[in-house]
Amino acid sequence: MIYLDNAATTCPKPPGVAEAAAEAMNTYGNSGRGTHSGALAASRGIYGVRRRIAKLLGCPQADHVVFTQNSTMALNIAISGLLGPGDHIISTDWEHNSVLRPLYRLREQGAEVDFVPADREGRLDWGAFEALLRPNTKAVACTHSSNLTGDMMDLDRVGRFCREHGLLWILDASQTAGVFPLDMEKQGMDVVCFTGHKSLLGPQGTGGLCVREGLPIRPFLVGGTGVQSFSASQPADWPACLEAGTLNSHGLAGLGAALDYLEKAGPEAVRAREDALARRFYRAVRDLPGVRVYGDFSQAQRAPIVTLNLADWDSAEVSDRLAEQFSIATRPGAHCAPRLHRALGTEGQGAVRFSWGWANTEAETDAAAEAVRILAEEAL
Amino acid sequence: MRERTERCVVTFRTTTGAMSMESACLEAGLPGRLIPVPRAVTAGCGVCWAAPPEARTALEELVIEKHLDVDGIYAILL
Repeated sequence: MIYLDNAATTCPKPPGVAEAAAEAMNTYGNSGRGTHSGALAASRGIYGVRRRIAKLLGCPQADHVVFTQNSTMALNIAISGLLGPGDHIISTDWEHNSVLRPLYRLREQGAEVDFVPADREGRLDWGAFEALLRPNTKAVACTHSSNLTGDMMDLDRVGRFCREHGLLWILDASQTAGVFPLDMEKQGMDVVCFTGHKSLLGPQGTGGLCVREGLPIRPFLVGGTGVQSFSASQPADWPACLEAGTLNSHGLAGLGAALDYLEKAGPEAVRAREDALARRFYRAVRDLPGVRVYGDFSQAQRAPIVTLNLADWDSAEVSDRLAEQFSIATRPGAHCAPRLHRALGTEGQGAVRFSWGWANTEAETDAAAEAVRILAEEAL
Repeated sequence: MRERTERCVVTFRTTTGAMSMESACLEAGLPGRLIPVPRAVTAGCGVCWAAPPEARTALEELVIEKHLDVDGIYAILL
């Protein structure tokens, strides 16, 4: 199988990730639940990953790195814990349902939400940020990169907008954390949400949010923390305030090993390699008759994603043919990105997404391009 | 030009429902396989069970017998 669905989850994981998770399963107790060697091993392991994530994403305080099951949970915590009825939030048409659905739910509860529109080419209308501003605008919630096209948000522009108008900034870094440079302190994000299993190359079931110091967030979950057990309310201390229940220490041990790999290989080198492969594929398919590629490839930096359609062929069928005939794994359909699909005019057809990861090769990329060429001929 | 053949497509409300269908079909020896949901059926994410059209009656009986969580059964050209 040629795996080109890394935007859904990277596969395989780098050497050492599975081994570290397995080792933790056989040696870790429960972090914060006692001081025997197993419990302390888990606490030390989790703390080590917390510090490394803080460093990687520019979070000044390691205890303001909160671990969750995934990015969706992190975004729910941030959106529901910072915003409420009467607030106005600006988001964009690029968002994944992990941002959209929490915002839609918030709207049902009395908040107001507007979206910066994307055009038929998927480009955002940057002027709309200013146009959508209201007296009660409290926050911008946006992705760092579209999971559908790979186009990148202009963080300088969004950051400037938020600073000028005193807005909170919640960034969804699901597609970028790990290989793209991010520094929440320097760039001015208030919350950065990440998942461990995509560009951070770790296990599924890991993720979290980095929170600016001094920003109180209402807890999404309350429960056991191993501290202040006789208190009726969730502890106010970080990160326990947002970490109710046993953490996925086994998964986080795997994430630690993934960070080892990234540090050794160099995030920039990994990103450059993935980008080169995606652009190699793009150049090979963009001019084929019947092929329509979505996204802005003039961007100097983009997530390693190429999304396309073959004439009017159902994207689900194309993806199935790629899997069955060529053993190439891609993602068809809506990609949980309904607003951008509507903007691109692909709501009915969906689209086929190819996405690269650390382990892909030029030979795999060329084989995928050749498969597209063969299927494109059939499509016409 | 690609050729199309009629398939019986069973859709589900959840991925868990699709896994139940696959498991039940394998146990019952019924034909088919999991594929991405054709866009003609739904615009959502997901998987469905695709089988030869002649298997439709047997699939419907299995769905009823096993109380499988099926969203719809369609005849579609794929």
